[in-house]
Amino acid sequence: MAGLATSSAEMDLDRPNIDEYLTVESIREAPKKLHLRDLLDISPTLKEAAGAIVDDSFTRCFKSNPSEPWNWNIYLFPLWCLGVVIRYGILFPFRVIILVAGWIVFFAAFSLVHFLLGEHNKWKREIERKLVEMICSVFVASWTAVIKYHGPRPSMRPQQVFVANHTSMIDFIILEQMTAFAVIMQKHPGWVGFIQKIIVESLGCIWFNRTEAKDREIVARKLREHIQGVDNNPLLIFPEGTCVNNHYTVMFKKGAFELGCAVCPVAIKYNKIFVDAFWNSKKQSFTMHLVQLMTSWAVVCDVWYLEPQYIRPGETPIEFAERVQEMISVRAGLKKVPWDGYLKYFRPSPKLIERKQQIFAESVLQRLEEK
Amino acid sequence: MGNTSSMLTQYDIEEVQEHCNHAFSQQEIVSLYHRFCQLDRNSSGFIPGDEFLSVPEFAVNPLSQRLLRMLDGLNFKEFVAFLSAFSPRTSLQHKIEFIFRVYDFDSNGRVTFDDILGVLRDLTGSFISEQQRQKVLTRVLEEAGYTKDSSVVLSDFMKILGNSDLKMEVEVPID
Repeated sequence: MAGLATSSAEMDLDRPNIDEYLTVESIREAPKKLHLRDLLDISPTLKEAAGAIVDDSFTRCFKSNPSEPWNWNIYLFPLWCLGVVIRYGILFPFRVIILVAGWIVFFAAFSLVHFLLGEHNKWKREIERKLVEMICSVFVASWTAVIKYHGPRPSMRPQQVFVANHTSMIDFIILEQMTAFAVIMQKHPGWVGFIQKIIVESLGCIWFNRTEAKDREIVARKLREHIQGVDNNPLLIFPEGTCVNNHYTVMFKKGAFELGCAVCPVAIKYNKIFVDAFWNSKKQSFTMHLVQLMTSWAVVCDVWYLEPQYIRPGETPIEFAERVQEMISVRAGLKKVPWDGYLKYFRPSPKLIERKQQIFAESVLQRLEEK
Repeated sequence: MGNTSSMLTQYDIEEVQEHCNHAFSQQEIVSLYHRFCQLDRNSSGFIPGDEFLSVPEFAVNPLSQRLLRMLDGLNFKEFVAFLSAFSPRTSLQHKIEFIFRVYDFDSNGRVTFDDILGVLRDLTGSFISEQQRQKVLTRVLEEAGYTKDSSVVLSDFMKILGNSDLKMEVEVPID
């Protein structure tokens, strides 16, 4: 993709091997004289379009598989009904109570600490961190989450970042429960944004804005500043930039990999038998997503803390990102896909269409030469 | 989460299969249905143009806008009929007819010089000048026995493309 290098504000730079997925297949091998039928025969282009309509590797990453209808027979159906009653009637209210109680305690304690203790009081940071860890544990309890952690517990030291695959915002809560991470997040509207603003700020988080063109440079600078600080919480980054359905990983953006520090990969895999934890942000709001989790039996997942990685001599940040993506995908049993997750929100660059046009135009012109 | 659309019954599948002249097997029709429901996020019965454009591989296709016009407002039965041109079981004639429909922008049964020029413009973009495009097209048309003012009908298309081995097939993945 060296041919498409432009200013760093463009998103094209992050695209390593997209060409393999988007090449025009049928350039006729030996240029022959141009006939009318060659101009009229648009079948290769049509075939590509139809292929994309029928199936494509991008939407597959964001598909939440619908529940299969069971054989509703005489014993399964009543059992399932009983399950629904228990889940919605008993578990859910109980969990809501836990959650509400937890929040009340949290808000009380947090407000006390936030407003009473001085601005740069060391204890303030410590207590706020512990409180956030506590509320995350409350959340985790409200889903009856069974989380198996594998690997060494993250330590707090400078010059390291943690990267993980992203399935839902609860990824953050699950990891936060064990260690207080600082995280880089997209600001959300509504009550989630409110919580982000007040509470998560205490952890030292960084905000980004997908729609902001120059954003990348600003964020890169903030990241660098953060990892220098000895006192800062370890930084957690989701390099995919968007939620994926936990069967695939999409392209890891290189921002986290060009900071010149250790990158500690974290792999998260949810067990779908219990609940599908994929937050399909196009289909449901975060509130509904939480309700769905709280009315399921449990959230079961595995978290693997993998060995810290360093960029190898001669490796570009993009290659480094791919290598780590491969590590995480293999560990969690996910399939790797080179698509940029941002394509969920933006159309592909017109340059890609122009590439195809250029190829076709050149073949026409070339054949014109032949007599 | 959750399947908001109803399940296809055997009757539905057979009706769709009839409508597309058995271009697809019943399993393929079920797969296409899942795909249709996936793209038809609002369960409105048809797929809005925006959804097609959110498939990156479709959005970068030079003919995407033309195809969008043809795909606009299609229900599932018509969607399958649209795609039937890409089935290996469909006749060459049907595929050529599909290509004709892509060219015939105003659907009046005749493809003019400007229609063909329009498609050529989509395919080549700014990499061939408009003048050169017209020159190429005029020359190639004349060599085939047409003039700039003649309009081409379906039977002409059949004649022109009938002998070429048109490779226009897609495979429907069966989950």
